[in-house]
Amino acid sequence: MFRRLVEPAGHVTVTIDGRPFSVAAGETLSTALLLAGFAGLRRSARLGRERGPFCGMGVCFDCLVTIDGAANRQACLVRVRDGMAVQTGTRLPALADTVPE
Amino acid sequence: MTRLDLVIVGAGPAGLRASVEAAAVGLSVMLVDEGREPGGQVYRGSESGAFAGTAKLGSDYAAGAVLAAAFRASGVEALFGATVIQIEREADGSFCVSVATGHDKAVVVRARAVIAATGAQERPFPIDGWTLPGVMTAGAAQTMLKADGVVPDGPVVLAGTGPLLYLLAAQYGALGVAIDTLLDTAAPGNWRRALPHVPGFLTSRYAFKGLGLLGKALAATRIIRGVEAVSAIGDTRLSAVTYRKGATERTIPAHVLLLHHGVVPQINLTWSTGAQHRWNAARLAFEPVRDASGKTDVPGLFIAGDSGGIGGAQAAEAEGALAAFGVLRMLRGTAGDDDPIEGRWRHRLAVSLRGRAFLDALYAPRQSHLSPPDDVIVCRCEEVTAGDIRKAVRRGAMGPNQVKAFTRAGMGPCQSRMCGLTTVAIIAEETGLSPGDIGHMRLRAPVKPVTVAQIASLSEADERRTTESPSATRPRK
Repeated sequence: MFRRLVEPAGHVTVTIDGRPFSVAAGETLSTALLLAGFAGLRRSARLGRERGPFCGMGVCFDCLVTIDGAANRQACLVRVRDGMAVQTGTRLPALADTVPE
Repeated sequence: MTRLDLVIVGAGPAGLRASVEAAAVGLSVMLVDEGREPGGQVYRGSESGAFAGTAKLGSDYAAGAVLAAAFRASGVEALFGATVIQIEREADGSFCVSVATGHDKAVVVRARAVIAATGAQERPFPIDGWTLPGVMTAGAAQTMLKADGVVPDGPVVLAGTGPLLYLLAAQYGALGVAIDTLLDTAAPGNWRRALPHVPGFLTSRYAFKGLGLLGKALAATRIIRGVEAVSAIGDTRLSAVTYRKGATERTIPAHVLLLHHGVVPQINLTWSTGAQHRWNAARLAFEPVRDASGKTDVPGLFIAGDSGGIGGAQAAEAEGALAAFGVLRMLRGTAGDDDPIEGRWRHRLAVSLRGRAFLDALYAPRQSHLSPPDDVIVCRCEEVTAGDIRKAVRRGAMGPNQVKAFTRAGMGPCQSRMCGLTTVAIIAEETGLSPGDIGHMRLRAPVKPVTVAQIASLSEADERRTTESPSATRPRK
């Protein structure tokens, strides 16, 4: 889906859903997740559909992941750190469909 | 409790230049930005990105590194990776700015004036399937390019209209990244509407830059003009794109679809302060009302750059400088704008804005893309469709706030950033009212979701500094 055009200066290891991945040091977390093959990062509230990075700048909140135990962090606003543990696949709590019939 | 002269929100061209000029005249300043280094979105990665120190993304981008260096030399203290969640005006007229500095940390910064330079966001482009992984905005892809040196792989389709779409195509072209198809969705009548603005355009810097861009993008890419509808196809991720042009409908394979049809001011923070905003019918966006120095009707609040109205990076930088002079005049009680430096920035602003009216008209989005068909999801967070919103309007919802209450559109974590303008466009179409009369959903603080831990940890920034890091306050030059 994406590829690296410029070789990074160094690498760090992050854990994504329990598996270790070598990623570019200082890279944006959402980019690292896409390069590691994680296109869908969470599920939508009502329909439970997969969502991935969309706006890349902290606006859309589709790239929410759990980072080192802290839930619903925007992956596009965070840089990877060595030893970072990331969990994907959260489904936000939904309220019932409130469109009046 | 220390009170600064000025808090600046946003480290793009407007915020950086405002910082430099304010520090130069001796104001105490703090800059706050969500990013990790100076640059904002347009100059993202100027310091440490994949193309920092190169000219591979063009000379305009290279200007960001110069500005970032000027900012670093100014000695202005900055909070990076920090989100302003609320700006309150105190009884004595000063501001209390609440800043989330981590998922469980927040501080309060007090200042006599605020410059909001929160920049632009891409105009929502709701199409069938736009929530599928693999569909992103062109701006998001450009951010990945600038910050991380990462580009799409496999079949790539760009769709929409606007200078950024062609800029990205040209940048990919220059780097040898293949784009399979560019679907241009600008309405055919745009050229006619843009014609009256040609004289202004010809005196602008866009005239040469624009033609060069088009040439580069055209040479490398298959461009299909007059595209009327675009859909993203896939199960759990994007696999194809369907487009319609006249009676022809085609489906092409795609791993990445990049959408874009213009940028609009990011107004959540400015609106939440109570500052007056109005509809700009030419730019199809809400903009804060401000004077030539960026001063709003909230005393002490100034707005600079694209968050006040789209003008591009060079205009934003000039507006940042002018806002800094406006703040200085307010704080020192000096009159007039005789300062020759200020005059020079005013001239640069005027030159930078030449040609914008032409671009606004030429790249205007189609009405059918502003107000999409019934089955298209408009509110991505709460998965509310255009049909749900139309139904709510037909049942008596008078404006966006009632539509929100009826449908939950705008109630999710993005706080209507992705659905607000579309909701207004649908209400306008249904009722025949102008968006200016309809207004936007009320935008309130906290302007981004906060955690209980952040609220619990709110403390004065200088107390925190004293206890945690006594040396953090740098001397001013």
